[in-house]
Amino acid sequence: MGKAAEISGDRFRVLYRKLMTIRRFEEKVDEFFRQGKVIGAVHTSVGQEAVAVGVAEALNENDLVIATHRGHGHCLMRGAELKPMMAELFGKATGLCKGKGGSMHIVDVKKGMLGAMGIVGAGMPIAAGVGLAIKMQKTGQVCACFFGDNSSNGGPFHESLNVSSLWKLPVVFVCENNLYGISVSAKKSTSVQDIAVRGKGYDIPGVVVDGMDVVAVYEAAREAVKRARSGKGPSLLECKTYRFLGHSRGDPPYGPYRTKEELDSWKKRDPRLLLIKQGGLTPEEVEQIDQEVSEAMEEAVRYAEESPLPDVRTALEHVYA
Amino acid sequence: MREIKYAEALREALAEEMRRDQRVFVYGEDVELGYAFTVCKGLIDEFGRERVFDTPICEQTIVGIAVGASMMGMRPVPEIQFCDLLPMCMDQICNSAAKLRYMSGGQVSLPLVVRSPAGKWGSFGAQHSQTLDAWFTHVPGLKVAVPATPYDAKGLLKTAIRDDSPVLFIERKLLYQIPGPVPEEEYLVPFGEARIHREGKDLTIVAVGRMVSEALKAAEQLEKEGVQATVLDPRTLVPLDTKAILDSVRQTHRVAIVEEGPKRAGVGGEIAALIAEEVVDELDAPIRRIAALDTPIPFSPVLENYVLPNDRKIVEAVRDLMSI
Repeated sequence: MGKAAEISGDRFRVLYRKLMTIRRFEEKVDEFFRQGKVIGAVHTSVGQEAVAVGVAEALNENDLVIATHRGHGHCLMRGAELKPMMAELFGKATGLCKGKGGSMHIVDVKKGMLGAMGIVGAGMPIAAGVGLAIKMQKTGQVCACFFGDNSSNGGPFHESLNVSSLWKLPVVFVCENNLYGISVSAKKSTSVQDIAVRGKGYDIPGVVVDGMDVVAVYEAAREAVKRARSGKGPSLLECKTYRFLGHSRGDPPYGPYRTKEELDSWKKRDPRLLLIKQGGLTPEEVEQIDQEVSEAMEEAVRYAEESPLPDVRTALEHVYA
Repeated sequence: MREIKYAEALREALAEEMRRDQRVFVYGEDVELGYAFTVCKGLIDEFGRERVFDTPICEQTIVGIAVGASMMGMRPVPEIQFCDLLPMCMDQICNSAAKLRYMSGGQVSLPLVVRSPAGKWGSFGAQHSQTLDAWFTHVPGLKVAVPATPYDAKGLLKTAIRDDSPVLFIERKLLYQIPGPVPEEEYLVPFGEARIHREGKDLTIVAVGRMVSEALKAAEQLEKEGVQATVLDPRTLVPLDTKAILDSVRQTHRVAIVEEGPKRAGVGGEIAALIAEEVVDELDAPIRRIAALDTPIPFSPVLENYVLPNDRKIVEAVRDLMSI
């Protein structure tokens, strides 16, 4: 149980591949959304990949994840296969959810990804329930629950933190603070600068983390996972991060509510560049991994495009068990 | 047959299913003492605090916990103390419980039962007296059971706990202390199977929840007046025993529908529409709905009784219906 505290040279290459898998996936999704092939509401996480990758690194294979509407990265980091995931976004029969979930509701139970939640904040009470089940079943698993900064202003956040602390549930609450709830700056929505301080109100550790830094996220997550697994209860990690693209559906990266200067300043701390530096990856290694990831993504897109549309009769399936 | 109260029948169902299946657990506000309506009283003595426990007052998280735990293979049976508090949980009920199986393409199932009492308790006012059966009936993905007798309460709850879909189990406050025959031996009441309480050739009264006993009282009075009424209780609103309802209407050609919730967009409207779509030619008279008036439930008894349906209002509506 548990991985080595230090990330070694080879592991950096694995993490870099994971990060690039998320990035290239999101870039493809954005590209095909513009062509009208990826449909519906689509929220990409370019710029925020380090949070998903760092948390995943601290989890065991049988641990569980509850994700957000911006959940492609959370699903991919658990090892979801690219082809069925891309096919789901194309609304195809071969999709992970048979074309019935889509981008906002992606689920891959086999990989411990219990669901992206389309309703902001809804995942937190569910994560508490997952934690309670783990405790009752005595399986030693941990549930990582991702949520955005603005969900910490709603009731479910407070209810879930209270009950999870009270019952010492094995949950790690991971706030992806990308500073905006759609167009509204956290300055206009959130009474505290650091959401992590809200952990104090529930007697649990609240930690501010550099969400652009895979290693920093991993280290903080490792401590939180250790605490959860040992029966000491939940933690609140606040990962400060930034999305490099718009909120959804062709929303521009800057203009209506974010400045180009702000975006550029965050891009200087691109998690990709930071990881290359930390891992000492050579330009050749980077190029090779980038190339391999791009090829896999082309294959996934081809699979999604060539896959059949769902039979309309399947709309009637899975309403009840 | 022995007689036990509705609340006791529910408690027996919980205890039997908890003995049968280690994955079943009950929790909610004041359940350790069974303080509100006594259903959970004493369960903690047999099953301990691991499987019978109090929660903070946080209704949406209570149901959210059931969603998460059920996805992990547990079979949670949370209690929401008053059905008026279910609006607090609507996101988890309607967006999570009802949809996660569907949205995942069948990857997960959510075997959870939310128990909650609805209806009149007597001057509890507009926020503690509502009947919201129709809300949940409207949402695909949920099953809805509304037991009217101790026998059905026990048999339906056992079926609900064994069902792999989320079930809204809507009880009735005024029924908890009403006794009725319940066999000692184990039995289940299947979902989607109506119960015909009495048969009469002149009309069909479809009644839900506490209105079943009001309809039966009305039927006795009507019999004295020479009108033979069938009283049919669907028992579950989802799935609905459409065949039993339509078959009965084909025999009697007149129908009245009684529910404790408000008339507008209610359960009665749905059943009336079903009859109109399927067997309108069989009807000798218009369909009558007897329901609460479209107001909040008032506090003062005289006002409360004015708003809610009862046996007298059923008799009056049927007299009118028979004169057509």
